Amino acid sequence: MKKLALTVNGKKYLLSPHPFSRLLDVLREDLKLTGTKEGCGEGECGACSVMLDGKLVNSCLVPVLQADGKQILTVEGLAKKYLTPIQESFLNCGGAQCGICTPGMLMAAYALNRNNKKPTQQEIREGLGGNLCRCTGYCQIIESVQKVGKTKPSTRKGKSRS
Amino acid sequence: MRAYLPDYQCSSANSLSEAFSFLEKGARPIAGGTDIMVLFDAGLLAPGDYVDILGISELKGITKKRNTLTLGALTTYSEVRQHKFLQTNFPILCESAKEVGAVAIQNRGTLGGNIANASPAADFPPALLVYEAKIHLVSSRGMRTIDYTKFHHGYKESELKKDELIHSVSLENHLSKHHHFWRKIGSRKAQAISKTMMAGVLKINKNVIEEVRISFGSVAPTAVRCTEVEKFLTGCPLNKNTIREAKQILLKDIHPIDDIRSTGKYRLAVSQNVLEEFLCGIG
Repeated sequence: MKKLALTVNGKKYLLSPHPFSRLLDVLREDLKLTGTKEGCGEGECGACSVMLDGKLVNSCLVPVLQADGKQILTVEGLAKKYLTPIQESFLNCGGAQCGICTPGMLMAAYALNRNNKKPTQQEIREGLGGNLCRCTGYCQIIESVQKVGKTKPSTRKGKSRS
Repeated sequence: MRAYLPDYQCSSANSLSEAFSFLEKGARPIAGGTDIMVLFDAGLLAPGDYVDILGISELKGITKKRNTLTLGALTTYSEVRQHKFLQTNFPILCESAKEVGAVAIQNRGTLGGNIANASPAADFPPALLVYEAKIHLVSSRGMRTIDYTKFHHGYKESELKKDELIHSVSLENHLSKHHHFWRKIGSRKAQAISKTMMAGVLKINKNVIEEVRISFGSVAPTAVRCTEVEKFLTGCPLNKNTIREAKQILLKDIHPIDDIRSTGKYRLAVSQNVLEEFLCGIG
């Protein structure tokens, strides 16, 4: 099989997966980065959201071949020394309940926040529109995104993995 | 059931000529994967060879030449909705792109894929029909151009040959005095596939309809231009009676059926109401 070069959370990998493998499976099974979740497996729920070359994508719909030579950011790559303001805000506002949608929510919030530092509630709803939460915690999730950066910087240690 | 990986093969093509050589050997194209990977994940994608065309630069980009705008087949929904010239001159295209899936789908799904997949519920076709787009198809034999109205033959059937790719779509910009309307009815705001949707452009002069183009999706085997309604409305004064009659004539143009997303009866009633919403909003 052809070797593929993936840069995940800043670290380079040379892999030989089946070209039609889903990026999601390569992240979870080959790289053991299990922060990215599988929900529906058909692009409806957003649990598998990651950034691919700076764009939010559903990793269940990306054949890994198309990630060759690309930069991938997963939830494990968000925190550096400390948690990011987005993660801190989700903690403060109770933006996570069971937690299965949270990695995807964090990535969608991250993608929104990159281009729009002060999103309106409508923009947040649209930015997170592709992400489902089955604990019905949407109010807290939206509040978490609204309050990003409004609390003091995190002192919680991040556990960055790549 | 998940697909069995060894049944599939996929290679990347970096140029059109490379893609043609794969297509001629029977490979099928995959671009953003937002339709194909859904089938794949469900174990429903036909096994065999695929060729990844997402890296072909000849199929990318939006260019403007005088009055003609050309959108490469690999233009994503995100690129369409963010394009300033499109927003001003072809707003229905941007509105429909904005309502496809959500951000993550819009970043991957392409114009060419939306057309080639040939679903009656695809979001771009109604806009392309009312804007009277031309579609450019390319193969090793060269390029050919056809009116978009002639592209779809029936449910999941189109003019596209097995060894051809959609190259681009072009639009003529001459609708600056028209009203532009788009409405999609789905189960929820994000991610929904439509039960019915309508695109319309209309030019009015002293309350008389000078020109009108109406198109519906999800209510026939392909997206359809409503030629009967258009014929009736052209030259009519825009008033309550005209609108009432247009809603009746719509029954000649669309033929919705019951399926997993809705019923024919609901689709018909709502389509009539959307047409009314369009006509009532003018002026």
